[in-house]
Amino acid sequence: MSTEPTKLAFNDGWQYAPARESTDHFSIAAQHELFINGEFIAPESGRYFETINPATEEIISSVALASAADVDRAVKAARKAYKGAWSKMSGADRGKYIFRIARILQERAREFATIESMDGGKPIRESRDIDIPLAAAHFFYNAGWADKLEYAFPGRRPKSLGVAGQVIPWNFPLLMAAWKIAPALACGNTVVLKPAETTPLTALKLAEVILEAGLPPGVVNIVTGAGETGAAIVNHPDVDKVAFTGSTEVGRIIQRSLAGTGKKYTLELGGKAANIIFADAAIDQAVEGIVNGIFFNQGHVCCAGSRLFVQESVADEVIRKLKDRMETLIVGDPLDKNTDIGAINSAAQLETIQSYLKIGQEEGAEMYQSSCRLPDRGYWCRPTIFTGASQSNRIVQEEIFGPVLAIQTFRTLEEGLTKANNTPYGLSGGVWTDKGSKIFKMTRKIRAGVIWANTFNKFDPTSPFGGYKESGVGREGGLHGLDAYLKLEV
Amino acid sequence: MSLAAVPKIRRMPDLGQVSLVDEVGVIERVARFQTRSIKNESKTEALKMILSMIDLTTLEGQDTPGKVRQLCQKAIHLHDAMPGLPHVAAVCVYPTMVSVAKKALGENKINVASVATAFPSGMAPRQIKLEETRIAVEDGADEIDMVISRGAFLQGEYSFVFDEIAAIKEACGKAHLKVILETGELGTLDRVRRASVLAMHAGADFIKTSTGKIQPAATLPVTLVMLQAIRDFYYETGRMVGMKPAGGISSAKVAVHYLVMLRETLGNAWMTPVWYRFGASSLANDVLMQLRKQATGVYQSLEYFSKD
Amino acid sequence: MAGSGTRVPVIKTYKIYIDGKFPRTESGRSIALEDSDNAVIANVCRGSRKDFRNAVVAARKAFDPWSDTSAYLRGQILYRIAEMLEGRREQFVAELTLQGVSRRMAKKEVDASIDRLIYYAGWSDKYQQIFSAVNPVSSSHFNFSVLEPTGVVSILAPNESSLLGLVSNVAPVIVGGNTCVVLASEKSPLCAVSFAEVLHASDVPGGVVNILTGYREELTGQFASHMDVNAIVYCDGGSDVAKSVQEKAAENIKRVISRVDEDWSVDAAQSPYLIKQTQETKTTWHPIGS
Repeated sequence: MSTEPTKLAFNDGWQYAPARESTDHFSIAAQHELFINGEFIAPESGRYFETINPATEEIISSVALASAADVDRAVKAARKAYKGAWSKMSGADRGKYIFRIARILQERAREFATIESMDGGKPIRESRDIDIPLAAAHFFYNAGWADKLEYAFPGRRPKSLGVAGQVIPWNFPLLMAAWKIAPALACGNTVVLKPAETTPLTALKLAEVILEAGLPPGVVNIVTGAGETGAAIVNHPDVDKVAFTGSTEVGRIIQRSLAGTGKKYTLELGGKAANIIFADAAIDQAVEGIVNGIFFNQGHVCCAGSRLFVQESVADEVIRKLKDRMETLIVGDPLDKNTDIGAINSAAQLETIQSYLKIGQEEGAEMYQSSCRLPDRGYWCRPTIFTGASQSNRIVQEEIFGPVLAIQTFRTLEEGLTKANNTPYGLSGGVWTDKGSKIFKMTRKIRAGVIWANTFNKFDPTSPFGGYKESGVGREGGLHGLDAYLKLEV
Repeated sequence: MSLAAVPKIRRMPDLGQVSLVDEVGVIERVARFQTRSIKNESKTEALKMILSMIDLTTLEGQDTPGKVRQLCQKAIHLHDAMPGLPHVAAVCVYPTMVSVAKKALGENKINVASVATAFPSGMAPRQIKLEETRIAVEDGADEIDMVISRGAFLQGEYSFVFDEIAAIKEACGKAHLKVILETGELGTLDRVRRASVLAMHAGADFIKTSTGKIQPAATLPVTLVMLQAIRDFYYETGRMVGMKPAGGISSAKVAVHYLVMLRETLGNAWMTPVWYRFGASSLANDVLMQLRKQATGVYQSLEYFSKD
Repeated sequence: MAGSGTRVPVIKTYKIYIDGKFPRTESGRSIALEDSDNAVIANVCRGSRKDFRNAVVAARKAFDPWSDTSAYLRGQILYRIAEMLEGRREQFVAELTLQGVSRRMAKKEVDASIDRLIYYAGWSDKYQQIFSAVNPVSSSHFNFSVLEPTGVVSILAPNESSLLGLVSNVAPVIVGGNTCVVLASEKSPLCAVSFAEVLHASDVPGGVVNILTGYREELTGQFASHMDVNAIVYCDGGSDVAKSVQEKAAENIKRVISRVDEDWSVDAAQSPYLIKQTQETKTTWHPIGS
C-alpha cells in the first residue's frame, strides 16, 4: 500500500475531437433594431452598441440603444395594446397565442441555442438541453393558466395589472425572458422587456417568434440598452409592475426608486447558497451535485452552490473526488458539444472573478484550479475551489458569480446550519444526506426559497423560484409566480 | 503491463462503510456521458480500442468445438479487408471448450477466458466450483469468469460470498479472476456497490456486471457504480482492478458511451484491455461496420462482415 | 383602617412590552396622554430607538421556537388570547371610552377584536393547505412548495381603531409563525399596553409580540430600516410616508406591506391572503429513486 495518495490521470491518451455545433443554418443580422408595437424600428437617438462573442471577442452584431424616449414609445405601445386587444381578449385566446410561442420556440430551438451560446458564452450543451427547452416549457406552462386563473386564487377574482416593465440579466438570456414574459401575458398584461446589454440577441429573436405567432402589436415590446434604459423602464410612470432579475445592489436601487409609486414589483436578486454534505450522503452523487452547483453556466447562476460545507469526517474524500472530477471538466469553445464550461460572459465579469481569486488567496484560503488548457482568445476562468475558507472571508460572504467555490468544513448539524444561514442572502440551498428525517430538518431550517435535497440546480416551470431575505421579493414560476402579475379583488 | 500483486491476506471489508448510491444522481451522470459527441479521429481511435477490449463470447448449451473454432478464427481475423485492426482481448467459453479454444488460438496473443463456478446460476457446492475452476485453468484458461452466490449475498451471508471468491482466487493460480456480480439479480445500486467492494477485497482482478443470461445485463448506471467502487478501492489500496460490462452491449455507439464513462471516471490508466473488457458476442461486427463507415464515409451492411 | 370611606384607586402604569416583560422605556421619557378636556389620563412611555432595538433582539430570539411551534398549538394560543380578551372586555371598553370612543363603538370594537383573533386562530393549521403545492416537475423529483414565516416583522399599527387595528395586524403575522415589534397607535396607545397584558396571560411566549408606545415620527424610520427586520407593515400616512418607509426598507430588501386606510371593522380586513403577505414560499426538491 502506498502512502502517497494515488492519483488518477485524465489528461493523456484518448481525447475528444472538437465537435462543433454548426452555425450555417441561420444568420444573424449585422444590426438589430428595437421591437416596439410589433415592428423593428431604429432608436430615436440613432445610437447602437456592440454585442460580442465572449469566446472570441469578436463583434457579432450592433444593437439599438434605447433612450428614455424609446422606452416611452414602448410603454405607450404596451398601454395601447393592453387597453385594446389584449385585455379584452378571452383567457383562452390569450393562452393560444402563448402556446404558439412555445411551439415556435421548440421548432427553432437549435437556432436559439446556437445564438445563445455565441452571444453569452454558455456551452451549447446547456443552451440546447436546458435554456431553450425550459424557455419553451415556461411559455407552454403559463399558456395553460390564461383561462384558469380564478382556480389559482380561492375566494378572489384575479385581474390583470396593465403594463409590466421587465429587466433581465445576462446569465440565462432567453430563459429569463420566458420567465418574465410568459406569466405576464398569461395574466393578461402587456410587456416592455429589456434584455441585458451583453446578451440581447435571443430576446430579439424571441421578438421574431412573437411576430410569427401573430400576437397583437404592442403586447410585447423589447428594448435594448444598458442600465439607463432599464432605469427608464422601472421609473416610467405608466408602468404598473416591475420585474427585475439581477444583483442585490441594483435590486436595492430599484426598490428604493419604486418607493411611493404604488407599483407592484418582484425582485430576483443575488445569492450565496450553502451546499451541505453530510458524512452519510451518497458521496459520488454529492460530488456531482457540487460540480453542478458551482460550475453550471460558468457559475453565473444566482442560486449557485457557491459555499460548500462538508462534514469533517468525509472532507478529505469529498475534496479529493472533487479535484479528480474537476480534471474531467472541459473548458473552452461554447459551441463545442463536449464543452462543460464555456466563456465568462464579459471582460468586466472576468475581471470581477479574478479580483476575487486574488482576494481569496490573500485571505489565506488555498486555491486549487483544474489543469485544463484555456483558449488564447476570449474570457476564461478555470474551475476553482478554495479550501480552508472561513465565514469571515469575503469569498465566502460575497457573490462572485463565477466558477469559484469556497469550501468549509463543519462537525455537527447545528454548526452546518448556523453557518449556512449566516448570510444576508436566502435564495437557495443544498443538503446531501441519506437520512430522511435529517433532510427535512435541514430543508426546513435553511432560510432560502429553493432547497435541493440530494440534488442541485434543478428548474421547472411548475416550480416556484425566489428568495428569502436580500435575495429578493416574490416568486417566479408555478402557481406561486402568478400573483406577481395580478391584483386579487374580493 | 501486468496486474499488481494481490495482497495474500484478505480481510473482509466493513460493508457498512461502503459509500451509498443515489440512483437518480447516477442516471443524471450517465446522461452526461451519453451527450458527449465523439467524432472523427476520436471515434476511430475509440472503435479500435473497443475491438481490442472485446471478450468474444459464446456461452450456449448448443456450443460445439466447431462453433468455438469458428469464433476463434473471428477473434484472430476480425476483418482482414481492413488492415491495421487490433485483435480482440479474449475468447470466452464454457470450461469444456477451453482446450478447443486454446488450440484454435495457437500462438496468437488472445487469451482464453472460461466461465466457471456453475455458470450462470452458481448453484453448486463449493467443491464442485473449485474443481471446475482448476480444470479450466489446467486446460489452459488464462482468465476465469466466476459468478458470485447471489442468493447468499441477498440473504446477507456476506462472509460466505467473500470466502468463496477468495477460495476461487486461490484455485485460479496464475489465471486472472473476473467476478461476475450478476447485477440484474441484485436489485439496487447500493447492493451493486457493496458486492463490488466485497469482490475486490476478496481478490478479484476484474469485476464484471453480468452473465448475459439475466435481464437487465450490463447497463451504464450499474457500470458507473462499479467503476466508482474500483476508484475508491484504488484510492484506498493503490491496487488497480479491471472492469468488464457484459451482456446487452451490441452497438458501437453504446460501447463508446462506456468508454467515455471509463475515461471520465477512472482516467487513462484503465483504457486498455489489461483493465477493461466488453463481454459481447455481436458488438464486434457493429464496431467493424462503424470503422468501415469512418474510413469510407458510406453506411455499411452486416452482409459484408462475417457472422460467427 | 382610618379614612373617609372612599377607597383611593390604584392608577395603572402603562409600560412597554419587550421579551415578555414590562419595562419602562430605557430613555426614561414619557408622554402625558390627555382626554378631550386636557386632563391627563396616563403617562405612557415614549419609546426610543434603543427600545426598538431591544425589541427586535427579543423578536429574533423568539422567532425560531415560535416558528417551530406546531400550527395546532399556535392556533390554541391565539384562541387563548381571544379568551383572555373576552374576560377583560369591560376593561378595554373603558379604556377605549377613556380615549374618546363612544361606549357603543368601543363595545363593537372589542367584540370585533375578539372575533378576529378567533378567525385567525382557526386559520393556523389551514392556510398552509390552501397555499402549498406539490409541483409536477418533469424530472424524477418530488417537488413541493410550502409557506414559511418571513421572520421578524415590524408593524406600525393604525392610529384609529387602536385595539382592532392592532389585533388585525398582529394576528395574521403571528399565526403564521412570525414574531413582531409593534408601534401602538400614537393617539390612543392605552389598549395596546393592556393587550400586551392579555398576551402575557395567554401563553404567548415572550418576544413573539413586542409592543412599544411612542411617537410615529421618531420611530418609523427605525422600523423601516432595521437590518434584522424582514418585513414591515404600515397602516397610516400619505405617499410621503409610503415613500420613506419603502426607501428605508430597501436597505435589506424588506417586504413592505401597506394597509393604509383600511376599514378594520369589515370582513375584508381579515383573510388568509393577509397571512400569506408575511410568508415566504419555500420549494424543496428531492429525487425519486432507490
